[in-house]
Amino acid sequence: MIAELLTARVLIGIAGSGIRLATSYLYAALGETFGQRSGVLNLGVDGIMLMGAYSAFYITRNTGSPWLGLLVALLVGTAMGLAMAFISVTLKAEQGISGIGVYLFGLGMSDLLFQKTLGNIETISGFQSLHIPALSESSNLLLRAIGEIFLSHNILVYIAFALVPISAFVLNKTTIGLQIRAVGQNPEAADTLGVNVNLVRYCTVTFGGLMAGAAGASLSIALLNVFQQNLTAGQGFIAVALVYFGAWRPFGVLAGAMIFSLVNALQVWVQVLGIPIPSDIAVMMPYVLTILALVVAVQRVEEPAALTKPFERGEH
Amino acid sequence: MQSLLKRLDMGAFVDALTPLLAVLAALFIGALMLLALGANPVEAYTALLEGAFGSFNAVADTIVKATPLLFVGLGICIAFRGGVINIGGEGQLVAGAVSATAVALTFPDWPSWAIIPLCLAVGFLAGAIWGGIPGLLKAYFNVNEILSTIMMNQIAVQGMNFLLRGIMIDPVQLEAASRIPQTARLSPATDLPRLVPTRLHAGALIAVILAVLVYIFLWRTTIGYRIRAVGLNPDAARYAGIDVKQYMVLSLLLSGALAGLGGAVQVLGLHHRMFTDGSAMGFTGGAGFNGIVAALFGQLHPLGTIPASFFFGALLVGANKLQRAVQVPSALITALNGLVVIFVVSSDIWRRRRARRRELEKVSAALAAATASSAEHMEAAGDR
Repeated sequence: MIAELLTARVLIGIAGSGIRLATSYLYAALGETFGQRSGVLNLGVDGIMLMGAYSAFYITRNTGSPWLGLLVALLVGTAMGLAMAFISVTLKAEQGISGIGVYLFGLGMSDLLFQKTLGNIETISGFQSLHIPALSESSNLLLRAIGEIFLSHNILVYIAFALVPISAFVLNKTTIGLQIRAVGQNPEAADTLGVNVNLVRYCTVTFGGLMAGAAGASLSIALLNVFQQNLTAGQGFIAVALVYFGAWRPFGVLAGAMIFSLVNALQVWVQVLGIPIPSDIAVMMPYVLTILALVVAVQRVEEPAALTKPFERGEH
Repeated sequence: MQSLLKRLDMGAFVDALTPLLAVLAALFIGALMLLALGANPVEAYTALLEGAFGSFNAVADTIVKATPLLFVGLGICIAFRGGVINIGGEGQLVAGAVSATAVALTFPDWPSWAIIPLCLAVGFLAGAIWGGIPGLLKAYFNVNEILSTIMMNQIAVQGMNFLLRGIMIDPVQLEAASRIPQTARLSPATDLPRLVPTRLHAGALIAVILAVLVYIFLWRTTIGYRIRAVGLNPDAARYAGIDVKQYMVLSLLLSGALAGLGGAVQVLGLHHRMFTDGSAMGFTGGAGFNGIVAALFGQLHPLGTIPASFFFGALLVGANKLQRAVQVPSALITALNGLVVIFVVSSDIWRRRRARRRELEKVSAALAAATASSAEHMEAAGDR
């Protein structure tokens, strides 16, 4: 039975769907990385993803243009990110709880709009996946592997992976990145040096909202092409955890997202092949793994010193 | 002095009013949303009130809906007062419910007086474990409890699905082709006393008694005092010789235990079996999150959480009637609950500002008194 899992066809399938499934986590977690690096924990990612997913789906269904759908999802995400920034930066609300409020709002609102405007679960054609018959139907195993694993995805998958090195570059090599890190590490010092702490945080949290919107769209108009109540099923919370898992570094986030989605892909294939490993236990593994990784990770890296702490001038 | 006292009272009064204002603001936005959806807000809210309080049965249903919110909310009071955040209510409810169900299925012949306390105790214990693990991880491995409680939610859900599709599945379902993931109906001996013909069960009474006990625990016992001390200022608590880590674990453990007990009560009092739709919400109805809303609304006070839970239970029950009356999905209430949370925690800034101003006034009053008395001393010295 296990041998069936190790055939080339299945391994290629797992790798390919692993990459596809990692997409939504990547958008959400990379956006969250910027926010947390600047000291703001946005726990409402899942709610923003749901709103992004709904609006992308609705617009795409009615206009036939997934690009327009994506654009609207980005706008909705940006608006909700801005609201979250106002709540946590200006109003200095407790971030662990206000995020739950944003989550509940997004959960209820997307469901409300879905039932009011759509009502039924339907599929649409969103972003099309690359299809290169010369590769994916080739008799050469290597060509087929390359085709299926790397060249059979929709455009949002490629953008998500491209954003990993770009995010790392911005955070580590640019002035903006330096400001973000300074604000998250020592806001008082950054403020003394003339960095506008609140402005930086507004930008990162709003950007995180935009990315969460994209994450939602990558589910509803690219990967699944459907919308239903609670479509994300808690993916946004996992994305927040992946930021910790990846030690606040984009490549760490990538590693976490890949592990997570590969295990999920494996579990799907286990079910497809009818292998009697209880799939619920398999699905549980990534979460157990994340807790263990957190235990190990926090021993070696420090979180941004000012994470979840609102900034107040002249407090010290 | 008189005016200062008056102002202090006013401050406390305004503080107590804040959550109410937050709810009013949320309901106002809800009214705007209803208008945008082409529904008459007055008609909608009237239907909501009627659905929640319109008949004896409706009130009973409201209390039934409020019960798990109160269990979770009491746990949240302990956790938040102890300075730890527990987002794991969903998982703790599930853990308590599944364990209690397992015990009830294992001893189908036991009489009520033995099986009910055992099930409740096991649910309590399972919740304690589910909350205690994140507590231990936070205290001794520095793992953020927000994340670990979220992970524990997912683990509980998958564990529940595994058990309900596997060894705990109803033998009838096993033979039927549908294989709905649920257990058999538990032995009637496990049923909590119920106010026939309504669905109101003794769980609500247990929850209210617990609220009083939690109040006594937090404000009238040394352990409770220490929990709150750690929550207010962990550094000061440490200097005072309190083992801060131990109390962090205890807060999360008790918080989880109360939610776990709530899960067991849901099974014994309401559902009489365990079932799953694949997610936690199918069983909990989101009580793990809405309990947080209720506790915040009750100002993290165990006794305040009683009316708060009742209020949110009413919203949830009334939402169904609202949906039928004006064709606006009951999901509206979930969205409004989110807004309530946001408004309550956001308005905290004004409470903190007032508290700081009061502190400043006190300090300046003390300073003025000190200067005056030292001036007297000087004068006295001068006379001599």
